[in-house]
Amino acid sequence: MQDLLAGLGRALHLIVTLDPELIEITLRSLGVTLTALAIACAIGLPLGGWLAVRRFRLRRAAIAALNALIGLPPVVVGLVVYLLLSRSGPLGVLGLLFTPAAMIAAQAVIITPLVASIAHQAMRDLWADYHDLLISMNATRWQRIATLLIDGRRGLLTAALAGFGRAIGEVGAVMIVGGNIEGATRVLTTAIALETGRGDFALALGLGVILIGLSLAVSVASHWALRTERRGRW
Amino acid sequence: MTRIPLLAAALSILLPIVAAAETMKMAVTTSFQNSGLAEVLVPRIAEETGVDVELIVVGTGQALRLGEAGDVDAVLVHSRAAEEAFVAAGHATHRTPFMYNDFVVLGPVADPADVTGAGTAPEAMTRIAAAEASFVSRGDDSGTHKAELALWEDAGMAPEGTWYRPVGAGMGASLNTAVGMGAYILSDRATWLNFDNKADMAILFEGDPALFNQYAYLPVNPAKGDHLKADAAGSVENWLVSATARDLIDGYRVGGEQVFTFNAEQ
Repeated sequence: MQDLLAGLGRALHLIVTLDPELIEITLRSLGVTLTALAIACAIGLPLGGWLAVRRFRLRRAAIAALNALIGLPPVVVGLVVYLLLSRSGPLGVLGLLFTPAAMIAAQAVIITPLVASIAHQAMRDLWADYHDLLISMNATRWQRIATLLIDGRRGLLTAALAGFGRAIGEVGAVMIVGGNIEGATRVLTTAIALETGRGDFALALGLGVILIGLSLAVSVASHWALRTERRGRW
Repeated sequence: MTRIPLLAAALSILLPIVAAAETMKMAVTTSFQNSGLAEVLVPRIAEETGVDVELIVVGTGQALRLGEAGDVDAVLVHSRAAEEAFVAAGHATHRTPFMYNDFVVLGPVADPADVTGAGTAPEAMTRIAAAEASFVSRGDDSGTHKAELALWEDAGMAPEGTWYRPVGAGMGASLNTAVGMGAYILSDRATWLNFDNKADMAILFEGDPALFNQYAYLPVNPAKGDHLKADAAGSVENWLVSATARDLIDGYRVGGEQVFTFNAEQ
């Protein structure tokens, strides 16, 4: 109990004093995860829409595979990305290992199936409502997907926020491919792991509180930006 | 969209740091980082050699793997047999031993296995095994893990049973586990002195020469690729065996105690 209170106190102290190192790693956490999320959405949202409107033979198998990939263990993704980007691996010449780019790649792989799956579920229900209308208007397949993406933006926001939440709190993969280098690839989660290893539970917990606060802030900001969940509207 | 400036600020941090100084990557053991010595040496290296050393903190086993793959420019580890094999395999041109610290046997203050009364380090281990008192092993192929295995071998036994718990984690995480279980554990002195969550654990056995822990610097063989910064690795090596390094290493104190001793051949 004492440790928990000390952690809250430490978090407050870090925020009030605008600790420069904290700001740096917080911005890096946010930058890496938002970039990974942008990539995951660019792939996952159209993929989800496509799976909702398109009927093909292996559709059920594709959806089952997608849902299974949600459970990809981050540490395995990290290891595979490491082996690909290692100097002795196939993409080694790019020299991306132990850079934020490698962390973005790992996080994007981890959350794309999650974003695509939730997006698919949201748009599948919407497609049931829009099917006759869009067919009668002779909309092309991509026009149909675009309509679903626009009108289903609340469900898609949920997909994006779920992806954000999984990526920002992820530690196993970014530790392996980023290396937790101070001033280069250290993010909130790897800093928490480091401080826990040093036995400084108060600082670790303080960083954890800030991580949770960050998720909350992003969630509120995106709801506000998309004008969803406003009072008086259903 | 008020998030755009924030995003832009975040992205600017993602871009590679354009610094006048040269950067190199060095895989180091958890004990080097957790002891706090890294925070003393790395800034001085940047100041005096112009080389920005980026640390990848892992166990000795993984550090050597990173060197083998050519993903780091140098490794700083503490496991002589593994280092010599690394050099023999051509992954590094040579090894430069430059400092040592020592291992200590930690345990609950109550000391159920009476480790305090042991005469030698292997005897301390034998007593833990005989009492079947819980013992946390790093179990991660690190330098500390290898030193622990060597002690069991000297004691003429292979640790087995439910009392022996390999956790496969870094020094700090393993210490947390040992504290939580009230178990015995082998740790390097520096990490322990720097550790904040000591609870009711204490150093119960120390001082045997068998607990000597030599650190060495190994520049990765530049033949592995043009991306390797052999010049920077060379400057850092020269600095590590210099008088400045000696003064900093010998002068480093944790809780008033000297924890590392410089011993490079000059």
